[in-house]
Amino acid sequence: MTLLNDIQVWTTACRYDYLTPNRGVGVLLPDGAQAALFRLDDGTLWAVGNVDPFSGAAVMSRGIVGDRAGRATVQTPIKKQAFALDDGTCLDDPDVALPVYATRVTPEGDVEVGA
Amino acid sequence: MVAGFGMVAHRLVSALAERGYPGPITVLAEEDRPAYNRVNLTGWFDAGADELALPPVAADVHLDDPVVAIDRDNQVVRTISGRTVSYDTLVLATGSRPFVPPIDGRDARGCFVYRTIDDLEAIRIWAAGANTGVVIGGGLLGLEAANALQRLGLATDVVEIADRLMPLQVDDGGGQMLRRHVEGLGVRVHTGHPAARIDTDPDGTVSSLILADGSRIEADLVVFAAGVRPRDELARDCGLAVGERGGIVVDETGRTSDANVYAIGECARIAGEVHALVAPGYAMAEAVADRLTGSPAVFPGADTSTRLKLLGVDVASFGDAFAQTPGALDLVYADPVAGVYGKLVVTDDAQRLLGGILVGDASSYGILRPMVGEQLPGDPMALIAPAGSDGGGGGLGVGALPAGAQICSCNNVTKGDLTEAITGGCCDVPSLKKCTLAGTSCGSCVPLLKQVLEAEGVEQSKALCEHFSQSRAELFEIISAGPAESVRTFSGLIERFGTGKGCDICKPAVASILASTSSEHILDGEQASLQDSNDHFLANIQKNGSYSIVPRVPGGDITPEQLILIGEVARDFNLYTKITGGQRIDMFGARVDQLPEIWRRLVEGGMESGHAYGKALRTVKSCVGSDWCRYGQQDSVQMAINLELRYRGLRAPHKIKMGVSGCARECAEARGKDVGVIATENGWNLYVGGNGGMTPKHAQLLAGDLDDETLVRYIDRFLMFYIRTADRLQRTAPWVEGLSQPDQAGLDHLRDVVCNDSLGLAAEFEEAIARHVEGYACEWKGVLEDPDKLSRFVSFVNAPDVADPTVEFTERSGRKVPAGHARSTTNIGMPKVRG
Repeated sequence: MTLLNDIQVWTTACRYDYLTPNRGVGVLLPDGAQAALFRLDDGTLWAVGNVDPFSGAAVMSRGIVGDRAGRATVQTPIKKQAFALDDGTCLDDPDVALPVYATRVTPEGDVEVGA
Repeated sequence: MVAGFGMVAHRLVSALAERGYPGPITVLAEEDRPAYNRVNLTGWFDAGADELALPPVAADVHLDDPVVAIDRDNQVVRTISGRTVSYDTLVLATGSRPFVPPIDGRDARGCFVYRTIDDLEAIRIWAAGANTGVVIGGGLLGLEAANALQRLGLATDVVEIADRLMPLQVDDGGGQMLRRHVEGLGVRVHTGHPAARIDTDPDGTVSSLILADGSRIEADLVVFAAGVRPRDELARDCGLAVGERGGIVVDETGRTSDANVYAIGECARIAGEVHALVAPGYAMAEAVADRLTGSPAVFPGADTSTRLKLLGVDVASFGDAFAQTPGALDLVYADPVAGVYGKLVVTDDAQRLLGGILVGDASSYGILRPMVGEQLPGDPMALIAPAGSDGGGGGLGVGALPAGAQICSCNNVTKGDLTEAITGGCCDVPSLKKCTLAGTSCGSCVPLLKQVLEAEGVEQSKALCEHFSQSRAELFEIISAGPAESVRTFSGLIERFGTGKGCDICKPAVASILASTSSEHILDGEQASLQDSNDHFLANIQKNGSYSIVPRVPGGDITPEQLILIGEVARDFNLYTKITGGQRIDMFGARVDQLPEIWRRLVEGGMESGHAYGKALRTVKSCVGSDWCRYGQQDSVQMAINLELRYRGLRAPHKIKMGVSGCARECAEARGKDVGVIATENGWNLYVGGNGGMTPKHAQLLAGDLDDETLVRYIDRFLMFYIRTADRLQRTAPWVEGLSQPDQAGLDHLRDVVCNDSLGLAAEFEEAIARHVEGYACEWKGVLEDPDKLSRFVSFVNAPDVADPTVEFTERSGRKVPAGHARSTTNIGMPKVRG
């Protein structure tokens, strides 16, 4: 596991209040990679890779958020495979995973994604 | 190594995989398509090859490359393409070939056999230019073929050399009853005389069939269905023992005279018999799979029981149907008026069932066949006398069967196997089928599977998903009836009635119910988080994450200005345009951030959302109707526009399509729609429950000669009844079927509800639709007027003006297409960097 202080860059996404609970947004990272950032209804923030590894489409931020046996998930809108938000693992194909990004809220109320 | 890839070979390969066979498996197949369900071959005419497909197998399968020679000394086979493949164990599953009697003219153009999908394709093409067809052979396959010819629109004759139809399955009494049924359906039957020759036209095509008694039957097409012969040439050529009348001789383990070579299915002769049915073939495949994985299995003997519906006539034959057991007694029930014939064969003391024949009504077959060899539970006649409405069996339930009773003869599944699977966790018919394979071949035992589940006390789960134990219909009632503040939000609903956080099944289902019952914008408040991606962006997502856009074109009625607008928008945003099947125009390849600007222009031009992205009314397709058409009887265009504008935006358990035709020529293909309206001289006929797609269904007539007002009222009631009670993603056809009551077909029940208001809900249904019509607003207009909603249409929340660089396009044959979106696995193994 990468330690917080290994994170090189924090990218500002948007105001925390702008995020719709249980919905995602796409975040463009400085190196051109894309993150999908989610705010759940319990207030927590999660960020995973935005590119669906099955289709190659950058759509994970548009997926439906939910849970499988209590574990928070997002499902790709292309073919509906579910990924765990906590470690990015695909729950329908354990050989596939999304990268996972750190998140934090600044004292000013901005959400940042770390990579 | 398996030579041949029919159903039996497929079963062998599947069974080997199940048993963990360690070695590589090579399959060399003759046909150019993978194994398919040949038993249901005639289903190809309705549903196409996909419907017949069997699950893929884990083997190295070479299609279109059959074995042509076997070198047993070196354990090598050669294929037609010249490939040589060595084997440790060879299993011959080459099946059989249709028997074509050696009569003159049998090679004429227009003569066919009935064995493969290729045969059926050829028959269909030829039948298109033919009026009359004759089938040689009045057995099981012959009647299947006659059924197919009739449905291809040919006047059909059947010629059977024996003195009755299906001589191997039914006796004289059953044969007579069967003949009455078949003739009643317009098929002419000729028995007792063989075909003598086929006459041809000067150009070498079939013109008629001459029988041995000299009679002539006009025919543009001839199908040979006079039995099959084992394909044993490979075995003969390499010196394996072959029966006098054909068939590779095998012992009870399936082994040929060479210990490394087995033969299974219709090419094998086992215990002196060749079995041309799938059930014994499967039993042989299972036995050989057991052997090859080290278990000492033997072929358990053939069950030649048959049940089938031919030309709509129910026929079944099982056990010792011809009373060959010494001392056996026949018990016969015949009702020529009802067209029902039943015979039970019992032991001389009438204590045990030996077999039977059922014609006209074979509903008790499911109960009777497993009882063969068992003690009869009561008066044997009660078993075949008319069963009433209790599902057959004279009141006997599946609970009366012993554990050893075979429920699925195709796959040799006993009641004990099923109860074991149920104990192991199977709690519905699909999982039972998957787990035991019961009901996966001919399907005749599926009703019994349900009964076994019920008898075992398993309640059929109607749970929507892991988060809600309620069905969609129950949730609809909860949401409609409950206090708005607690049940009209997903969070309130799941807290009170469900568990967890929800998923892609329950969230869109609840969103749909909320939308069906209110006029709020679907992206308002918490609802936004429930919508499927398509509904959330009000467009249809495509494989590369771009979207397609379909403006509404009511009834296909469109002005030149609107066409120009669509053209200009597509040109300016470089969108690929395609005409849809629903008489509209689809524009492909828009990025999510382009959607608002595209829609701003469309809305300014007077167009509105077409709801192509929603489980909602899609289109009402129409023909040009009485304004222009010489044959039109009513104004189908105006009716289609009226219906589309009335029901636009109405969210439902699944998409809804409608069609309106201006006369019985049916150019709008209305009977392929959920709601089909066809003009008559006096008004409109209303058809319901049709669809295209994977399992096409014709809509059925609900009511005839309706005036405009009654038509709309009935459609209101039909739609609202459907929206309230259907399962999630259930189209109207299976919903109508599922409405059936113990004593009433689904359509009749529906007619009672819609036309006779038997539930007293008609006024409520109509009011619900009236509220929908009143509250309708274009969803895209709603987005354009709301800055917060508009701001969500971006690829990147932190860079709203940046286009997503992964959405790229290229050209193929001059068409714009997504670029390079093959399955990508580049993210596998990337570091997980959550802190």
